[in-house]
Amino acid sequence: MTPTEVFMQQVIYGLSNGMIIALVALGYTMVYGIVELINFAHGDLFMLGGFFALTIVGALGAAGVLDIAHMGDHSNWLLLFGLVIAAGVFCGGLNVAIDRVVYKPMRKSPKLTQLVAAIGVSFIIVNLGLFWGGAPMEVFGGGNAAAASKDFPEILEGSNLLGEDSNIVLRLEDLAIFIVTIPLMIALTIFVKKTRLGRGMRATAQNPVAAKLMGIDTDRVISATFLIGGFLGGAASVMWSLYNNTISFQMGFRAGMDAFTAAVLGGIGSMPGAMLGGVLIGLIRAMSDQYIETRWTNVVVFGVLILILVFRPSGLLGLKQREKV
Amino acid sequence: MSALLEIKGIVAGYGSVEVLHEVSLTVNEGEIVTLIGGNGAGKSTTLMCTSGIVPLRGGEIHFAGERISAAGGGVRADKLVGRGLVQVPEGRRIFPRMTVLENLMMGAYGRDDKAGIAADLEKVYALFDILKQRSAQLGGTLSGGEQQMLAIGRAILSKPRLLMMDEPSMGIAPILVANIFRAVAQLNREGLTILLVEQNANAALRLARRGYVLETGRVTLTDDAGKLLVDPRVREAYLGDS
Ligand SMILES: Nc1ncnc2c1ncn2[C@@H]1O[C@H](COP(=O)(O)OP(=O)(O)O)[C@@H](O)[C@H]1O
Ligand SMILES: [Mg+2]
Repeated sequence: MTPTEVFMQQVIYGLSNGMIIALVALGYTMVYGIVELINFAHGDLFMLGGFFALTIVGALGAAGVLDIAHMGDHSNWLLLFGLVIAAGVFCGGLNVAIDRVVYKPMRKSPKLTQLVAAIGVSFIIVNLGLFWGGAPMEVFGGGNAAAASKDFPEILEGSNLLGEDSNIVLRLEDLAIFIVTIPLMIALTIFVKKTRLGRGMRATAQNPVAAKLMGIDTDRVISATFLIGGFLGGAASVMWSLYNNTISFQMGFRAGMDAFTAAVLGGIGSMPGAMLGGVLIGLIRAMSDQYIETRWTNVVVFGVLILILVFRPSGLLGLKQREKV
Repeated sequence: MSALLEIKGIVAGYGSVEVLHEVSLTVNEGEIVTLIGGNGAGKSTTLMCTSGIVPLRGGEIHFAGERISAAGGGVRADKLVGRGLVQVPEGRRIFPRMTVLENLMMGAYGRDDKAGIAADLEKVYALFDILKQRSAQLGGTLSGGEQQMLAIGRAILSKPRLLMMDEPSMGIAPILVANIFRAVAQLNREGLTILLVEQNANAALRLARRGYVLETGRVTLTDDAGKLLVDPRVREAYLGDS
């Protein structure tokens, strides 16, 4: 491989991972924008999305609808889109439920209280994931080793789209990530700009009391925000699981840290910022893996987080300062 | 004259602090009524109770003949706007990262009558020409006076039956204050009922038909505005006489 090919390969990895991180980062930034909560549990919600998707695959396999052992031979786009939507709805609904039960009653409490509650939710979800991993299904290893990583089956055919002679590898999985994430981001942008509920979200984020005085049902807007943020996290979890071929109850921590860093890098509260930050973190990870060393990559990402917090807390696309009335 | 807004002995507060102690106030259809009082008297709290943002601990509020709020609950804030109970809040609270036009259209959030919205937008532009010139500019970049005009314009797009304004003259250049008060008078001549909260008692009493004086959560005086303007107690406390 020439140095250029090596670099191009990392760009492909970086962009693919970055788009997934961006989807998760949107969930952090949207929720923060509207209720000023760092939803610590968001990465773990993402993890449950992967378990939910694998459960569906396992159930379809057990029902004889899918032949799990030979899934990678033919691309099953229908299954992929179905899983994206199912995991999205699952995580979105769960996110709304968590907000109603845990965060909403303490909306007026100090921010620290809410943050600690979110950390508590994170622990609960991680343990739910551990428990879920012990489910007596074949895809979960028959439920013998709950904590073990689980294989996530190939859903798309794995050959190199650039030809078997090419040193650079571009697979359907890479393309699928763009096919799923880009339309979701475009739809989200249009939704927020053009629809009534989307305008209500922007208004609530900018001034919640004024939003109420405009006749906006801000509780509904907040629920919608948790729903959409959770949906994006769930959709991302399926793409992540597919891309990495494995899931674990601990995967939410790293994905969550990457996505949170991305949201802060872009400017927390800013949706374009989360998208940009996600792609940048993906690229930074890939380059660090290649040119520094894999084991230093998490250090690099945390280093980026610390540098932003010190030198540009408002992020790349964030506001210089949040105006508070 | 029929009462549009009746505030009947309301009690309200924050946490363990009671801020309003049985405040009563009536605004009749077509009137401008002013509520004056010093800083911290409870004027804004009174408006926030009426808008359904701050809950009542006692008393009742009636609007257009219906009870909208009492201790233990009432009509939700977002529903009250649709009934025509509209507030221009203290400090303006415009949306800083929306354009002037987007801000104005937020006022029409709950409306579907396209033609009516367009007509009201023209009305706002006629009232405040500057908003038309600045329609594509971000709200946060406007001057204080312009933001106040924007907040009033936004409220007009909510199609108010009663417009409650909380200190529209606060922190604004005197020449713009005159503009804003002229606009308030004009809106009232066109039939809009107005409850005007002010610390600028002189200007407010000149504009209003009747006035209430609020002191530490109690109404201590109420009369025709003209009489309050010459009342020695008011002159001493709020108009700088000594
Ligand atoms: N959100 C709040 N939380 C706690 N106390 C408040 C809040 N808003 C107002 N207060 C207190 O209530 C009292 C009345 O305030 P306010 O209604 O704003 O008075 P005014 O508008 O007449 O200046 C003041 O003592 C103020 O400190
Ligand atoms: Mg006030």
